[in-house]
Amino acid sequence: MVSERDVEHIAGLADIGLIKEELDDFTVQFNRILDYFDILDTVEGDCGYEQDRYNVLREDVIRPSLLQEEALKNAGETEDGFFKAPKVM
Amino acid sequence: MVRSRLSFSPDDRVNAFLTTCPEPEYGTGSLEGLTIAIKDNISTKGIRTTAGSRILEGYIPPYDAHVVTLLIAEGAAIAGKTNMDEFGMGTTTENSGYGPTFNPLDKGRVPGGSSGGSAAAIAGGMVRMALGSDTGGSIRCPAAFCGIVGLKPTYGRVSRYGLIAYANSLEQIGPMARTVNETSRLMQVIAGHDPKDSTSVDLPYCHTPDKNIQGRRIGVPEEFFGAGVDPAVAAKVWEAIEELEKKGAEIVTCRMPGMAFALAAYYVTCTSEASSNLARFDGVRYGPAVDTKKSWHDAFQERRGKSFGKEVRRRIMLGTFALSSGYYGKYYAKAQAARQQVKNDFTRLYKDVDVLAGPTMPTIAFRLGEKADPLSMYLSDILTVPANLAGVPAISVPCGTVGGMPVGLQIMGRPFEDEVVIDTAYAYEQAVV
Repeated sequence: MVSERDVEHIAGLADIGLIKEELDDFTVQFNRILDYFDILDTVEGDCGYEQDRYNVLREDVIRPSLLQEEALKNAGETEDGFFKAPKVM
Repeated sequence: MVRSRLSFSPDDRVNAFLTTCPEPEYGTGSLEGLTIAIKDNISTKGIRTTAGSRILEGYIPPYDAHVVTLLIAEGAAIAGKTNMDEFGMGTTTENSGYGPTFNPLDKGRVPGGSSGGSAAAIAGGMVRMALGSDTGGSIRCPAAFCGIVGLKPTYGRVSRYGLIAYANSLEQIGPMARTVNETSRLMQVIAGHDPKDSTSVDLPYCHTPDKNIQGRRIGVPEEFFGAGVDPAVAAKVWEAIEELEKKGAEIVTCRMPGMAFALAAYYVTCTSEASSNLARFDGVRYGPAVDTKKSWHDAFQERRGKSFGKEVRRRIMLGTFALSSGYYGKYYAKAQAARQQVKNDFTRLYKDVDVLAGPTMPTIAFRLGEKADPLSMYLSDILTVPANLAGVPAISVPCGTVGGMPVGLQIMGRPFEDEVVIDTAYAYEQAVV
């Protein structure tokens, strides 16, 4: 059982921008879905999923890539050829 | 290379397309001049690509997905980008940020999802073929609901480079068309090794469908006809399986106990992967801009709260929760153990049978708004998610109608035996034409 406070906490971790009016609905749906997930408690063992994959490595050589202007073309704001992001500090 | 142009102006009354290319270029090759629609989560250089999300409104990719490069090299004309559930999260195409797509066969019903626009564009006669992507059934479900053919290839057989990621360990790009033959033809172009996708395997698909299935062993898991499957749909699918028997296949009933927790394993895995993948959408590098004057938590919350739809936010939160400390063992770790058991079921069954068959979807296409409750929508994916969990190939081929709406026969095969899946579907299709 998760509470509204738990849902608010998770929303904060995920930067999802939850508004107060949504909290009730999300909490109810969350609990119904998590109740369903409880079936996983009946799974025996903890052995993870075996991947039939392996690391793919290559020599560290330069390959063709996007031009700086192309990479920046979809950005909201740029400054001196860089992406501009909100301040962290 | 000689390039020509054709004119493309579909009468799109079902909102199948988010973007159309009125005068697409085409060249020479095996797909010369064929109009092909591309699901909107597959990057197309210079053509608006949103993945059905408002958070990518106005985004114009600076590069092509590998599959698009391959289509263009074979002469295809890229006709446009098709509507979808936002980032592929849905079973109806109602979760698009740009309004739902309607089923061309009954506009009061959904086309299925998440590749609903691609299926509707084919079923509505607007294009011959389309690309979709399938994370938990997103090619097969709309193929079944719209009465067309859709193949989810074996994981690794088709490059995911340029696919806007939702759940990397589950999803594959795949072909959709009216017939098995055309589906196979499109698969031939998009399959093969791509060094830009490290999960891509070097196994080209060079195959002409063969309808001879004499002696093929077809397993029918009881769980595929369990509670929740509409008896009328089940009856249609059984008729189709009997048709395959008449053509020389041997039918074997079997059990897949892992089905009991397949859906939970799938939803824990896909939401966990989504919570990580979708962290990149913050309005800094693409999409509507973030307010850089605000502090980053406030700015990102504002952008993501405004531009992500409810289902996307719900899944990001579920995944964040499933991976959070204290819950990881209960949800994510258990889901991976369950996933392995589902895979073990397939491995065990494929020692005895060549393919598995059952319904693609438990019901015919839902009415618009019918699956408003998230859990009830999730539950409708129960028959398609096992193939994604195990990475095996699976196809949906039309097998008649119930109440005037199409039903899909699903055929799943051994890993990297996409050809056998295609042949079995072809045998059925040719038997009933």
